Amino acid sequence: MDTQSMDARTQEFLDYVQAGGQVETGDWMPDEYRAKLVKFIEMHGNSELMGVLPERDWILRAPTLQRKLALTAKIQDEVGHAQLIYRVVEDLGKPRSASLDDLVSGKAKFHNVFHYPTKTWGDVGVIAWLVDAAAIVSQKALLKCSYAPYARIMKKICWEESFHILHGRDVILAMVTGSREQFALVQEAVDRWWEPLMHFHGNPIPAEEDPMFIWRIKSQANEDARQEFLDGYVPQIRELGLEIPDKALAKDEETGIWSYTEPDWEKLRAVVTGHGPASEERLSFRRLSREDVAWVERVVLAEAA
Amino acid sequence: MIFEVFRQERKGQPLQHAGTVDAPDERFAEIYAREQYGRRQESVALWLVPREAVSEIGEFPDEFEMKYRRVDGYSIKARLREARERAGTLEAAPGAGAAE
Repeated sequence: MDTQSMDARTQEFLDYVQAGGQVETGDWMPDEYRAKLVKFIEMHGNSELMGVLPERDWILRAPTLQRKLALTAKIQDEVGHAQLIYRVVEDLGKPRSASLDDLVSGKAKFHNVFHYPTKTWGDVGVIAWLVDAAAIVSQKALLKCSYAPYARIMKKICWEESFHILHGRDVILAMVTGSREQFALVQEAVDRWWEPLMHFHGNPIPAEEDPMFIWRIKSQANEDARQEFLDGYVPQIRELGLEIPDKALAKDEETGIWSYTEPDWEKLRAVVTGHGPASEERLSFRRLSREDVAWVERVVLAEAA
Repeated sequence: MIFEVFRQERKGQPLQHAGTVDAPDERFAEIYAREQYGRRQESVALWLVPREAVSEIGEFPDEFEMKYRRVDGYSIKARLREARERAGTLEAAPGAGAAE
Protein backbone atom coordinates (compact mmCIF):
# COMPACT_ATOMS: atom_id res chain seq x y z
CA MET A 1 0.00 0.00 0.00
CA ASP A 2 1.26 3.44 -0.94
CA THR A 3 0.84 5.32 2.33
CA GLN A 4 2.26 8.53 0.83
CA SER A 5 -0.65 9.08 -1.50
CA MET A 6 -3.36 8.10 0.97
CA ASP A 7 -5.97 10.79 1.42
CA ALA A 8 -7.07 11.97 4.84
CA ARG A 9 -10.36 10.09 4.78
CA THR A 10 -8.67 6.79 3.92
CA GLN A 11 -6.07 7.37 6.63
CA GLU A 12 -8.83 8.01 9.14
CA PHE A 13 -10.55 4.78 8.04
CA LEU A 14 -7.29 2.84 8.34
CA ASP A 15 -6.69 4.21 11.85
CA TYR A 16 -10.24 3.27 12.76
CA VAL A 17 -9.96 -0.40 11.67
CA GLN A 18 -6.48 -0.73 13.14
CA ALA A 19 -7.85 0.41 16.49
CA GLY A 20 -10.36 -2.46 16.32
CA GLY A 21 -13.19 -0.55 14.64
CA GLN A 22 -15.73 -2.47 12.54
CA VAL A 23 -17.54 -1.51 9.35
CA GLU A 24 -21.06 -2.32 8.12
CA THR A 25 -22.30 -2.88 4.55
CA GLY A 26 -23.68 0.63 4.02
CA ASP A 27 -20.71 2.47 5.54
CA TRP A 28 -18.22 4.38 3.44
CA MET A 29 -15.02 2.43 2.79
CA PRO A 30 -11.94 3.02 0.62
CA ASP A 31 -12.03 1.26 -2.78
CA GLU A 32 -8.83 -0.58 -1.96
CA TYR A 33 -10.36 -1.98 1.23
CA ARG A 34 -13.48 -3.08 -0.63
CA ALA A 35 -11.37 -4.77 -3.33
CA LYS A 36 -9.27 -6.60 -0.72
CA LEU A 37 -12.40 -7.74 1.10
CA VAL A 38 -13.95 -9.08 -2.10
CA LYS A 39 -10.77 -10.95 -3.02
CA PHE A 40 -10.32 -12.49 0.43
CA ILE A 41 -13.95 -13.39 1.15
CA GLU A 42 -14.56 -14.66 -2.38
CA MET A 43 -11.60 -17.02 -2.07
CA HIS A 44 -13.06 -18.29 1.20
CA GLY A 45 -16.43 -18.91 -0.52
CA ASN A 46 -14.73 -20.66 -3.42
CA SER A 47 -12.84 -22.88 -0.97
CA GLU A 48 -16.02 -23.92 0.82
CA LEU A 49 -17.65 -24.79 -2.49
CA MET A 50 -14.63 -26.61 -3.93
CA GLY A 51 -13.91 -28.25 -0.57
CA VAL A 52 -16.98 -30.44 -0.84
CA LEU A 53 -15.78 -32.14 -4.01
CA PRO A 54 -13.03 -34.32 -2.48
CA GLU A 55 -15.51 -35.43 0.19
CA ARG A 56 -18.41 -35.88 -2.21
CA ASP A 57 -16.40 -38.64 -3.90
CA TRP A 58 -16.72 -40.63 -0.66
CA ILE A 59 -20.45 -40.39 0.06
CA LEU A 60 -21.08 -43.60 -1.89
CA ARG A 61 -17.97 -45.29 -0.50
CA ALA A 62 -18.34 -44.39 3.21
CA PRO A 63 -17.82 -47.53 5.32
CA THR A 64 -21.06 -47.36 7.33
CA LEU A 65 -24.47 -45.75 7.07
CA GLN A 66 -23.70 -43.53 10.07
CA ARG A 67 -20.51 -42.26 8.39
CA LYS A 68 -22.39 -41.68 5.17
CA LEU A 69 -24.97 -39.53 6.96
CA ALA A 70 -22.34 -37.57 8.89
CA LEU A 71 -20.29 -36.93 5.75
CA THR A 72 -23.39 -35.79 3.90
CA ALA A 73 -24.24 -33.40 6.75
CA LYS A 74 -20.70 -31.99 6.68
CA ILE A 75 -20.92 -31.45 2.93
CA GLN A 76 -24.28 -29.75 3.37
CA ASP A 77 -22.65 -27.44 5.95
CA GLU A 78 -19.80 -26.49 3.64
CA VAL A 79 -22.17 -25.64 0.80
CA GLY A 80 -24.20 -23.63 3.32
CA HIS A 81 -21.03 -21.73 4.27
CA ALA A 82 -20.42 -20.95 0.61
CA GLN A 83 -23.95 -19.54 0.35
CA LEU A 84 -23.48 -17.30 3.40
CA ILE A 85 -20.09 -16.13 2.18
CA TYR A 86 -21.05 -15.39 -1.43
CA ARG A 87 -23.95 -13.32 -0.06
CA VAL A 88 -21.45 -11.16 1.85
CA VAL A 89 -19.41 -10.76 -1.35
CA GLU A 90 -22.57 -9.77 -3.23
CA ASP A 91 -23.30 -6.99 -0.74
CA LEU A 92 -19.78 -5.71 -1.40
CA GLY A 93 -20.65 -5.38 -5.08
CA LYS A 94 -19.72 -8.63 -6.81
CA PRO A 95 -22.70 -10.81 -7.87
CA ARG A 96 -22.58 -14.51 -7.10
CA SER A 97 -22.77 -15.38 -10.79
CA ALA A 98 -19.60 -13.32 -11.38
CA SER A 99 -17.82 -15.12 -8.52
CA LEU A 100 -18.82 -18.47 -9.97
CA ASP A 101 -17.74 -17.40 -13.48
CA ASP A 102 -14.32 -16.43 -12.14
CA LEU A 103 -14.07 -19.67 -10.20
CA VAL A 104 -14.82 -22.02 -13.10
CA SER A 105 -12.69 -20.03 -15.55
CA GLY A 106 -9.71 -20.43 -13.20
CA LYS A 107 -9.36 -16.68 -12.65
CA ALA A 108 -10.23 -16.81 -8.94
CA LYS A 109 -8.39 -18.95 -6.43
CA PHE A 110 -9.40 -21.49 -3.82
CA HIS A 111 -7.44 -23.05 -0.97
CA ASN A 112 -4.46 -25.29 -1.79
CA VAL A 113 -5.79 -28.32 0.10
CA PHE A 114 -8.71 -28.69 -2.30
CA HIS A 115 -6.42 -29.18 -5.29
CA TYR A 116 -5.41 -32.66 -4.11
CA PRO A 117 -7.08 -36.05 -4.68
CA THR A 118 -8.52 -38.23 -1.90
CA LYS A 119 -7.09 -41.70 -2.34
CA THR A 120 -8.55 -43.60 0.63
CA TRP A 121 -11.03 -43.28 3.51
CA GLY A 122 -7.96 -42.31 5.56
CA ASP A 123 -7.72 -39.11 3.51
CA VAL A 124 -11.35 -38.32 4.33
CA GLY A 125 -10.58 -38.64 8.05
CA VAL A 126 -7.42 -36.54 7.81
CA ILE A 127 -9.25 -33.84 5.85
CA ALA A 128 -12.13 -33.68 8.30
CA TRP A 129 -9.78 -33.65 11.29
CA LEU A 130 -6.62 -31.79 10.30
CA VAL A 131 -7.60 -29.71 7.28
CA ASP A 132 -10.66 -28.49 9.17
CA ALA A 133 -8.48 -27.88 12.24
CA ALA A 134 -6.11 -25.74 10.18
CA ALA A 135 -9.11 -23.93 8.72
CA ILE A 136 -10.67 -23.24 12.09
CA VAL A 137 -7.43 -21.60 13.28
CA SER A 138 -7.75 -19.13 10.38
CA GLN A 139 -11.49 -18.76 10.79
CA LYS A 140 -11.30 -17.99 14.50
CA ALA A 141 -8.94 -15.15 13.60
CA LEU A 142 -11.72 -13.81 11.34
CA LEU A 143 -14.20 -13.44 14.20
CA LYS A 144 -12.59 -10.03 14.81
CA CYS A 145 -12.63 -9.06 11.10
CA SER A 146 -13.01 -5.31 10.54
CA TYR A 147 -15.89 -6.06 8.16
CA ALA A 148 -18.66 -6.89 10.62
CA PRO A 149 -21.09 -8.81 8.35
CA TYR A 150 -18.29 -11.29 7.58
CA ALA A 151 -17.34 -11.56 11.26
CA ARG A 152 -20.97 -12.30 12.15
CA ILE A 153 -21.43 -15.20 9.73
CA MET A 154 -18.05 -16.55 10.85
CA LYS A 155 -19.58 -17.22 14.27
CA LYS A 156 -22.00 -19.69 12.73
CA ILE A 157 -19.33 -21.18 10.49
CA CYS A 158 -16.91 -21.82 13.37
CA TRP A 159 -19.72 -23.43 15.36
CA GLU A 160 -20.34 -25.93 12.57
CA GLU A 161 -16.64 -26.55 11.91
CA SER A 162 -16.22 -27.78 15.49
CA PHE A 163 -18.59 -30.64 14.65
CA HIS A 164 -16.52 -31.41 11.52
CA ILE A 165 -13.28 -31.67 13.49
CA LEU A 166 -14.84 -33.99 16.05
CA HIS A 167 -16.35 -36.12 13.29
CA GLY A 168 -12.91 -36.33 11.62
CA ARG A 169 -11.23 -37.22 14.88
CA ASP A 170 -13.82 -39.92 15.48
CA VAL A 171 -13.12 -41.39 12.02
CA ILE A 172 -9.38 -41.36 12.72
CA LEU A 173 -9.78 -42.92 16.17
CA ALA A 174 -11.90 -45.72 14.74
CA MET A 175 -9.17 -46.46 12.20
CA VAL A 176 -6.15 -46.26 14.52
CA THR A 177 -7.87 -48.63 16.96
CA GLY A 178 -8.81 -50.98 14.12
CA SER A 179 -6.74 -53.37 12.06
CA ARG A 180 -3.11 -52.91 11.06
CA GLU A 181 -4.29 -52.05 7.54
CA GLN A 182 -6.62 -49.35 8.84
CA PHE A 183 -3.82 -47.79 10.88
CA ALA A 184 -1.60 -47.84 7.80
CA LEU A 185 -4.26 -46.01 5.78
CA VAL A 186 -4.21 -43.19 8.34
CA GLN A 187 -0.41 -43.00 8.41
CA GLU A 188 -0.28 -42.88 4.60
CA ALA A 189 -2.88 -40.12 4.59
CA VAL A 190 -0.88 -38.09 7.16
CA ASP A 191 2.20 -38.53 4.95
CA ARG A 192 0.29 -37.30 1.90
CA TRP A 193 -1.40 -34.36 3.62
CA TRP A 194 1.47 -32.99 5.70
CA GLU A 195 2.94 -30.83 2.96
CA PRO A 196 -0.41 -29.29 1.95
CA LEU A 197 -1.12 -28.68 5.66
CA MET A 198 2.18 -26.86 6.09
CA HIS A 199 1.33 -24.77 3.03
CA PHE A 200 -2.18 -24.05 4.26
CA HIS A 201 -1.58 -20.85 6.25
CA GLY A 202 0.61 -19.32 3.54
CA ASN A 203 4.18 -18.12 3.41
CA PRO A 204 5.52 -16.44 6.56
CA ILE A 205 4.99 -12.86 5.37
CA PRO A 206 5.29 -10.43 8.33
CA ALA A 207 1.90 -9.11 9.48
CA GLU A 208 2.93 -5.48 8.83
CA GLU A 209 3.48 -6.32 5.13
CA ASP A 210 0.32 -8.33 4.70
CA PRO A 211 -2.45 -6.12 3.23
CA MET A 212 -5.11 -8.42 4.72
CA PHE A 213 -3.66 -7.75 8.18
CA ILE A 214 -3.06 -4.03 7.54
CA TRP A 215 -6.79 -3.57 6.87
CA ARG A 216 -7.60 -5.92 9.76
CA ILE A 217 -9.50 -8.27 7.47
CA LYS A 218 -7.63 -10.95 9.36
CA SER A 219 -6.15 -10.47 12.79
CA GLN A 220 -3.27 -12.93 12.69
CA ALA A 221 -0.02 -13.30 10.73
CA ASN A 222 0.34 -16.44 8.58
CA GLU A 223 3.16 -17.85 10.68
CA ASP A 224 1.25 -17.27 13.93
CA ALA A 225 -1.63 -19.31 12.50
CA ARG A 226 0.72 -22.13 11.50
CA GLN A 227 2.36 -22.12 14.95
CA GLU A 228 -1.06 -22.29 16.62
CA PHE A 229 -1.99 -25.23 14.40
CA LEU A 230 1.27 -27.09 15.12
CA ASP A 231 1.01 -26.43 18.84
CA GLY A 232 -2.53 -27.71 18.99
CA TYR A 233 -2.34 -30.70 16.69
CA VAL A 234 1.18 -32.16 16.52
CA PRO A 235 0.78 -33.60 20.04
CA GLN A 236 -2.67 -34.96 19.12
CA ILE A 237 -1.24 -36.69 16.04
CA ARG A 238 1.77 -38.13 17.85
CA GLU A 239 -0.17 -39.45 20.84
CA LEU A 240 -1.95 -41.84 18.47
CA GLY A 241 1.39 -43.35 17.44
CA LEU A 242 1.30 -41.62 14.07
CA GLU A 243 4.48 -40.19 12.61
CA ILE A 244 4.77 -36.81 10.99
CA PRO A 245 6.96 -36.91 7.87
CA ASP A 246 9.29 -34.07 8.90
CA LYS A 247 12.43 -34.96 10.86
CA ALA A 248 13.08 -31.28 11.60
CA LEU A 249 9.72 -30.74 13.30
CA ALA A 250 10.38 -29.85 16.95
CA LYS A 251 9.21 -27.40 19.58
CA ASP A 252 11.69 -25.15 21.34
CA GLU A 253 10.51 -25.54 24.94
CA GLU A 254 11.94 -22.15 25.94
CA THR A 255 10.43 -20.01 23.20
CA GLY A 256 7.45 -22.28 22.53
CA ILE A 257 8.14 -21.93 18.80
CA TRP A 258 7.98 -24.88 16.42
CA SER A 259 10.74 -25.32 13.85
CA TYR A 260 10.17 -27.35 10.70
CA THR A 261 11.54 -27.98 7.25
CA GLU A 262 10.82 -24.92 5.11
CA PRO A 263 7.93 -25.81 2.78
CA ASP A 264 8.36 -25.27 -0.97
CA TRP A 265 6.50 -21.99 -1.42
CA GLU A 266 6.86 -22.09 -5.22
CA LYS A 267 4.93 -25.33 -5.17
CA LEU A 268 2.16 -23.68 -3.14
CA ARG A 269 1.99 -20.87 -5.69
CA ALA A 270 1.75 -23.38 -8.52
CA VAL A 271 -0.97 -25.39 -6.77
CA VAL A 272 -3.23 -22.43 -6.00
CA THR A 273 -2.89 -21.06 -9.52
CA GLY A 274 -4.51 -24.23 -10.85
CA HIS A 275 -1.53 -26.56 -11.28
CA GLY A 276 -2.29 -28.95 -8.43
CA PRO A 277 -2.75 -32.68 -8.99
CA ALA A 278 -6.57 -32.45 -8.99
CA SER A 279 -7.12 -28.77 -9.97
CA GLU A 280 -8.34 -29.37 -13.49
CA GLU A 281 -10.53 -32.34 -12.60
CA ARG A 282 -12.25 -30.37 -9.83
CA LEU A 283 -12.80 -27.30 -11.95
CA SER A 284 -14.23 -29.38 -14.82
CA PHE A 285 -16.62 -31.02 -12.40
CA ARG A 286 -17.70 -27.63 -11.06
CA ARG A 287 -18.25 -26.38 -14.63
CA LEU A 288 -20.33 -29.43 -15.42
CA SER A 289 -22.48 -29.20 -12.29
CA ARG A 290 -23.03 -25.50 -12.90
CA GLU A 291 -24.43 -26.28 -16.35
CA ASP A 292 -26.44 -29.17 -14.93
CA VAL A 293 -28.28 -27.05 -12.38
CA ALA A 294 -28.73 -23.89 -14.47
CA TRP A 295 -32.36 -24.88 -15.08
CA VAL A 296 -33.10 -24.69 -11.34
CA GLU A 297 -32.23 -21.01 -11.27
CA ARG A 298 -34.38 -20.40 -14.34
CA VAL A 299 -37.36 -22.20 -12.82
CA VAL A 300 -37.06 -20.47 -9.45
CA LEU A 301 -36.88 -17.03 -11.01
CA ALA A 302 -39.72 -17.80 -13.44
CA GLU A 303 -42.00 -19.13 -10.73
CA ALA A 304 -41.42 -16.15 -8.48
CA ALA A 305 -41.97 -13.65 -11.30
CA MET B 1 -34.86 -9.17 -3.13
CA ILE B 2 -32.45 -8.92 -0.23
CA PHE B 3 -33.81 -9.88 3.19
CA GLU B 4 -32.03 -9.13 6.43
CA VAL B 5 -32.13 -12.19 8.70
CA PHE B 6 -32.42 -11.86 12.48
CA ARG B 7 -31.95 -14.93 14.59
CA GLN B 8 -32.97 -15.85 18.15
CA GLU B 9 -30.91 -18.59 19.75
CA ARG B 10 -33.10 -19.26 22.77
CA LYS B 11 -36.49 -18.08 23.97
CA GLY B 12 -36.13 -14.81 25.82
CA GLN B 13 -32.94 -13.76 24.10
CA PRO B 14 -32.77 -10.80 21.72
CA LEU B 15 -33.13 -11.38 17.99
CA GLN B 16 -29.76 -10.55 16.54
CA HIS B 17 -28.74 -9.76 13.01
CA ALA B 18 -27.23 -12.94 11.54
CA GLY B 19 -26.87 -12.25 7.82
CA THR B 20 -28.87 -11.88 4.65
CA VAL B 21 -30.56 -13.98 1.99
CA ASP B 22 -31.22 -13.07 -1.62
CA ALA B 23 -34.49 -14.53 -2.85
CA PRO B 24 -36.98 -13.81 -5.63
CA ASP B 25 -39.88 -13.55 -3.16
CA GLU B 26 -40.86 -14.06 0.50
CA ARG B 27 -41.66 -17.72 0.05
CA PHE B 28 -38.19 -18.53 -1.24
CA ALA B 29 -36.64 -16.24 1.37
CA GLU B 30 -38.28 -18.33 4.09
CA ILE B 31 -36.99 -21.56 2.59
CA TYR B 32 -33.45 -20.19 2.22
CA ALA B 33 -33.36 -18.66 5.69
CA ARG B 34 -34.68 -21.83 7.31
CA GLU B 35 -32.00 -23.82 5.49
CA GLN B 36 -29.09 -21.45 6.11
CA TYR B 37 -29.86 -20.24 9.63
CA GLY B 38 -32.01 -22.90 11.25
CA ARG B 39 -31.37 -26.36 9.92
CA ARG B 40 -29.36 -27.45 13.00
CA GLN B 41 -31.74 -26.28 15.73
CA GLU B 42 -29.42 -23.32 16.26
CA SER B 43 -32.39 -20.92 16.17
CA VAL B 44 -35.81 -20.83 17.83
CA ALA B 45 -37.03 -17.92 15.68
CA LEU B 46 -35.99 -16.05 12.56
CA TRP B 47 -37.18 -12.63 11.43
CA LEU B 48 -36.95 -11.79 7.76
CA VAL B 49 -37.08 -8.13 6.85
CA PRO B 50 -36.86 -6.83 3.28
CA ARG B 51 -33.79 -4.60 3.21
CA GLU B 52 -35.81 -1.65 1.83
CA ALA B 53 -38.13 -1.88 4.83
CA VAL B 54 -35.32 -1.15 7.30
CA SER B 55 -35.14 2.46 8.49
CA GLU B 56 -31.73 3.10 9.90
CA ILE B 57 -30.75 5.90 12.23
CA GLY B 58 -26.99 5.98 12.37
CA GLU B 59 -26.04 9.35 13.83
CA PHE B 60 -26.51 10.55 17.37
CA PRO B 61 -24.97 14.00 17.78
CA ASP B 62 -24.00 15.01 21.29
CA GLU B 63 -22.76 18.58 20.79
CA PHE B 64 -23.15 19.56 24.41
CA GLU B 65 -21.65 16.36 25.83
CA MET B 66 -24.38 16.09 28.41
CA LYS B 67 -22.47 13.75 30.65
CA TYR B 68 -24.68 14.45 33.67
CA ARG B 69 -27.12 12.01 32.06
CA ARG B 70 -24.70 9.10 32.12
CA VAL B 71 -22.73 7.11 34.66
CA ASP B 72 -19.42 8.27 33.19
CA GLY B 73 -20.46 11.82 34.15
CA TYR B 74 -19.91 11.04 37.82
CA SER B 75 -16.75 10.31 39.75
CA ILE B 76 -17.62 9.76 43.38
CA LYS B 77 -14.42 8.11 44.60
CA ALA B 78 -12.85 11.10 46.38
CA ARG B 79 -16.11 12.30 47.95
CA LEU B 80 -17.04 8.81 49.13
CA ARG B 81 -13.66 8.53 50.80
CA GLU B 82 -14.11 11.88 52.55
CA ALA B 83 -17.60 10.91 53.69
CA ARG B 84 -16.33 7.62 55.11
CA GLU B 85 -13.50 9.41 56.89
CA ARG B 86 -15.97 11.79 58.54
CA ALA B 87 -18.21 8.89 59.52
CA GLY B 88 -15.25 6.88 60.80
CA THR B 89 -16.17 3.89 58.58
CA LEU B 90 -13.17 4.00 56.22
CA GLU B 91 -11.48 0.98 57.80
CA ALA B 92 -14.64 -1.10 57.58
CA ALA B 93 -15.39 -0.17 53.94
CA PRO B 94 -15.29 -2.99 51.33
CA GLY B 95 -11.78 -3.44 49.94
CA ALA B 96 -10.32 -0.92 52.42
CA GLY B 97 -7.19 -2.93 53.06
CA ALA B 98 -6.42 -3.93 49.48
CA ALA B 99 -7.20 -0.61 47.86
CA GLU B 100 -4.90 1.57 49.99
